Parts: sequence; C-alpha cells; structure tokens
Amino acid sequence: MKSILSGNEAIARGAYEAGCLVASAYPGTPSTEILENTLQYDEIDSSWAPNEKVALEVAIGASFGGGRALCTMKHVGVNVAADPLFTLSYTGVRGGLVLVAADDPEMHSSQNEQDSRNYAKFAKVPMLEPSDSGECKEFTRLAFELSEQYDTPVMLRSSTRISHGKSVVELGERVTGLPMPKLEKNPAKLVMLPGNARVRHPLIEQSLLDLAAAAAHLPFNRMELRDTSIGIITAGICYQYVREVLPQASTLKLGLVHPLPHELIREFAAQVDVLYVIEELDPFIEEQIKAMGIAVIGKEIISLCGELTPGRLRSAFKLPQPDAAAAETLPGRPPNMCPGCPHRGVFFVLNQLKAYVTGDIGCYTLGFMPPLSAMDTCICMGASIGMATGVTKVVSAEEKKKVVAVIGDSTFLHTGINGLMDMVYNNAPATVIILDNSITAMTGRQDNPASGFTLMDAATHAVDIPLLCTALGVKHVRVINPLDLKETRTVIAEEMERPEPSVIITSKPCVLIKRDDVFTKGPVYAVDCDNCIGCRACLKIGCPAIEWRPAGEGSKKGKAYIDPLLCTGCDVCRQLCGFDAIGSAK
Amino acid sequence: MSNQITNILIVGVGGQGILLASEILSEAAMLAGFDVKKSEIHGMSQRGGSVVSHVRYGSEVFSPIVPEGEGDILFGFELMETVRSLPLLRPGGTVVANDLQISPPSVLMGLETYPERLSDRIKDRFADFLMVDGQKMAAEAGNAKAANTVLLGAVSKRLSITEEFWMNALEKMVPAKALVVNKLAFKLGRECL
Repeated sequence: MKSILSGNEAIARGAYEAGCLVASAYPGTPSTEILENTLQYDEIDSSWAPNEKVALEVAIGASFGGGRALCTMKHVGVNVAADPLFTLSYTGVRGGLVLVAADDPEMHSSQNEQDSRNYAKFAKVPMLEPSDSGECKEFTRLAFELSEQYDTPVMLRSSTRISHGKSVVELGERVTGLPMPKLEKNPAKLVMLPGNARVRHPLIEQSLLDLAAAAAHLPFNRMELRDTSIGIITAGICYQYVREVLPQASTLKLGLVHPLPHELIREFAAQVDVLYVIEELDPFIEEQIKAMGIAVIGKEIISLCGELTPGRLRSAFKLPQPDAAAAETLPGRPPNMCPGCPHRGVFFVLNQLKAYVTGDIGCYTLGFMPPLSAMDTCICMGASIGMATGVTKVVSAEEKKKVVAVIGDSTFLHTGINGLMDMVYNNAPATVIILDNSITAMTGRQDNPASGFTLMDAATHAVDIPLLCTALGVKHVRVINPLDLKETRTVIAEEMERPEPSVIITSKPCVLIKRDDVFTKGPVYAVDCDNCIGCRACLKIGCPAIEWRPAGEGSKKGKAYIDPLLCTGCDVCRQLCGFDAIGSAK
Repeated sequence: MSNQITNILIVGVGGQGILLASEILSEAAMLAGFDVKKSEIHGMSQRGGSVVSHVRYGSEVFSPIVPEGEGDILFGFELMETVRSLPLLRPGGTVVANDLQISPPSVLMGLETYPERLSDRIKDRFADFLMVDGQKMAAEAGNAKAANTVLLGAVSKRLSITEEFWMNALEKMVPAKALVVNKLAFKLGRECL
C-alpha cells in the first residue's frame, strides 16, 4: 500500500516495521513528530523523557534488555545525549538501537546549525542519511539490522527538509521472529570500566573498518553513471537538488555517510572528469576524500552556512536563473506570542523594571521581540539559571539586583534543575522566573513530567515544581498569576531586591493547551471608543488581538480595536488602560 | 502522463489551514497516479508567522521544494504573503489569491501601514491572476472556516487532477463531521472560475 508520509512519519513507520519495542525522546523541531507517530503503533512503548540524555539512556536500557529501541532528538539534543552516546559505541547493543538526529540547516527553528555527521565520526558510530520519506522508512529498518549485525548503535541523520518534507512511501509489514527480550548478564561488554573499555575500543575500530569495506556493496550506496564529465558525490536532501538541477551529471549517492566506502569513492572518482562533493554545512565528506588524496571541489562553491536549495545550487554551477519577479519590500511577519499568552505580561513587567534577563529556549524566547524586548541572552536549554549565577559573580551589588533568569516548565525539568541547585549551593542573589504553562509549548504542546500526562495519554504524577524548588533549598518560592500585572510587578520587584536566590513561578496554562479543562477562554473584550483617547498604552504588550486604527489616512491619531475572534479575555490590556476604555464586550 | 512537473506554492499566515490544504492537494495528486513531494517549515512559524508550503507532482519528482522562479501556481491565503512569494513564481505563472488582509505585528502596533494596491502589483506582473473571496463563499457553504477548501476548489480547475480524486482526498483528509461543508466549499470554489 502506498501512502504520503513525512520523513518523521516514515521513520516512525520504519521503526514499527523493524520490530522496535521502545521509543524515547525529548521533543525538538524538526524531530518531534517521530514519537508522535510511533504512538499510533501499540507494539511500541513511546514516551517523552525529561531530556535527550535520559531518552538515550532509556533506549540503551531497552536495548541491553534485548529489545529494539529508537531514540530521537534534534541536532542540539545530541549535545545533551553525547555523554552516554560516546560510551555506548564501546559497549555496543543487544537489541538494535537507532538514534535519530534531526539537523536544522538554515536554523528555521534552532539556535545553531551544527552538523550531526561530526558526532558519528567523533563517537565512532555508523550513520545513515536518507534523502526522502521512502528512504527514511527503509534506512530506519536497515539501521536496526546494521546495529545488531555490527554490534553498535546506528545514527540516522535527518534534516528539516527530510523530516518535514512528504513523499510517497510503500508500506511494509512488521518483522516477526525477533528474540524475546530477557535479562542476560554480560559485564565484560556492558560495564565500561577501564579494563573492559580497553578491550572494547579496538573492536569498535575494527567494526568500523569492516563496515566501510562492506559498504561498497551495500545497496544504500549507489553509483549512477550518466554524463561522466561531471561526477558528484552527495547524500541526503542534497542528492535531490543535484538530480533536479544537474540531471545529466553522474552521481555517487551515499546512504551511509559514516564510515565512508573508500573503494567505491575511488572507483567513482576514476570514472569521472571533474569530481564534486555537494553537501550542506560542514565539508564532512569532502575533507575525508581530500585526505584520500583525491582532488575534489566542494566548499569552494557551496556555502558552509545555511541550507542548500535548487536556486543556490544553480548559482554554485553558474547556471542561468529564471527571470523571476523581484522581491518586494513588505512589513515582516515574525512569529509572535499568541493572544492571551500568559508570558506576555511577565516580559512587559521585566521590560518596565529594566531587568537583565538571561533567557532560555521555548515560546517565551519571543519575549526578545519588540515591543516586549525583555530578553538579553539565549544560549541553550537550561542555560538561563547558570548564566544568571555567573553574571552575579562579576557585576556590582546594584547591578546584581537586575539579574533575572526566565525558563519554561519543560526546560526547567530538562536541564534547569541543576542550574538552580548550583544557584542555591553557591548562594547567587539572582531571581529565577519559571514560566509554568503546563506544557512543552513551542514544539507543539507535548506533555512533560509536570503536566500530569504521558505521551501515551495516561494520567501520571505531575512534578510539584514549587516543592521541588523548596527541596533544592530555595527559601523564597512564590507562585503568581501572570495575568495580574500589579501582582506580577510587585512580586518580581520584591524578589529582584532580595540579596538571595529566589524563584517565582507563574501559574497560568498555555492558551493552546489541548485538554479542555486546563484553559478556558474568558469573555471577549472590546474598546469603548468614547473613552479611548488613542494613547497607545495597550499596544505596548504586542497582543495580536489589538490593532491600532488611524483616524484617517496618514493620521497620527486613532483608536485601539480588539479583534473579537482572537481575544481570549486574558484581561492584561484592560489593566494597562488608564481611561476605562477596555472591558468585556457588551 | 507527461514528464512535466507541476509546481504549486501555498502561502499565508500560520493558523489559516495551509498545511491541510497542501495535504489534500498532495493526496489527490497521489491518488491520480503522480509522484508527489511536499515541503514546509513547522515550528516557529506556527506562532502567526509567514508559512510557505511547496507541493510538486509529476512522473518523478526530485527536490521537495519548488526551485526558485519555477512555481507554476501561487496560491495565496493572504494578500501580503501572496506578494511576498511572487519571486518563487515563473514568468507567466498563475496567481490565485484570497481577498483577505491580516495585519502583521508592526501594522497592528501602528508602526507601519499595511501595503496598498497589492492586487494591482500582482496584476501588473501576472496576467493570469484570480482573486477569490474565500471567506464569503465558505460562509455560503456553511462554515467560514472552510475558506481554505474554497480556495483549493478554485485552484483545482487549473490542475490536471480530475474531480473524483479531489473528492477521494477530501474524504480521506477531512474529519467526517466537516466533510459535507468542505465538499460544498470545494465545489463552490471550483465553479467560481
């Protein structure tokens, strides 16, 4: 049966067909939908972990127990999971283990565009790279087989265009007859103390050499000879752009990007006049080919930055571009916090208080955007708290009071807890605001250990965040209603003054939350045009439901208008109005 | 079946139902026997940002994104976003635009004004330009939220996919309770040209 699947849906399908039993992940664009799709297969136990390191450890445990396990994450998630990964390559597996790393060239939804292929080489793990949804499914299945055959975890590298692109996939059946998981002790292989690890390391090196030799004959590395004046070595999505723009060129399409099939590369290079490597981001394949002593053109014509597109590839080969319309200068349309978002008032207050805000990763990172403009740093998941501690170590006593860390509930549980532990342990006088909206919002509203539900929708214990902060030793933990601006301002100002660590937790849910009983829309608000003097105070929160309507063309005067379809009745704008012009719509 | 690839761009603002429209289109193309690829960006853009969905079909499709300047049909759910994406269209391409303006944050805050004469700017460069009042026709069909299906119906007239495949795709992709309204909305869109 044929179906149109996204790369992420196809990876989930591939895991199902491969007999995978356990799937664990922390959500992250563009990888999130893989676990949201393994969910449809009852045979797979799918779960969200609090972070990528735990997700990988869950998968390792399942593998050591004898079952096939899938672990997925975005590229920067691999940084978090790197610690277990680098030793997992030494132990190898029992049940096959596949780690999906979804890269984001062009940074459509990420803070950097690191190239995960380097991890495969660094951690000594084979890596497959599919170029469409059909290959996503096939390569996932194959990755499980290679994992067991070569006794190693296998990485599957996706990218935004692969994960979120859709193409036609032929569905297959789930394999049967895999061994039943059961406990089996094997300390020489699974206990990585120095004595055991010294024995394992050379085995891993040999295994990679064996795979590289075998890779010349494996079907996923494919030589396609056409016009031999140009030969292109490529992989993943870049293969599609090469076929689109240079349909006559000969190609060596690599499905396995680590280890590289040296023999096959030499054979291909010998048959073409000019050899190119077309790859996004780092010269990962190119450098290895150059180290083989083969002349090749790569990053001379393809940028180290951003994603490739057919147009960029045309430019690289100096091919004519279509005579398209010129781009118009138009107002931008950046993403914005939703109408009624509980984060909005907090950032409005932080801006007013002139706080120095160490930020974190989530919807609230949009607090950086004008008019809220109240975020001063953003590095990685969980960084806000440790950074706030660090800032207070160097600035003056007066400036220490300005330092506030903001972090979401899911990000706090991901890697923020350790930062808070350090802040208390080393007594840094900063304020931490945990923006608890009861969900992992930015990636599309996934449950987390504080939301009370699992990925499989079972009710479960919800972490008590105030109690957790107290247990870490925070003496001043205060819970506020972020939709009450006066309370929000008073509490934040008081805690900023305090020369000790303190935590403020906001208590209103995401407006997009899926469970009906968590968020309820209030009565819609409207502007009373008789009272509105056009002072624009309500525009300072940047709510998409509030619009400035000029009195006439080119007029500086005007009045505010509230879109009844967008308003959630959060009441924040009413509190900003000094003229009693905003209230419930009649 | 010719080797010609049909390149379609569906653009608008996050939350307008662009992804569902491109899913229905892809499904109909697959049912009609074509190879299909589709690409768009999720994530940040869900929060009210610009959305561009690429759908390509033909006998064999390589790139999932429409090569710049090779779009055959630009299908705009919002006027300014339609104009923003004109450079993706080939000379002589078709524009089907929804008669709807959604102000971006800078306009809502009164810092910039919504650009004027946008439909003229499209008309000046693309002779094959159709403007559709998707909201009004969707309301006639019974639900203003089905504007995306009206627009899809309008675009469907220009594509080499017969009505039966469109209906099959709608049946597969649209929830049962909304199917009657969506089928009617699709037909109104298809007949308006």
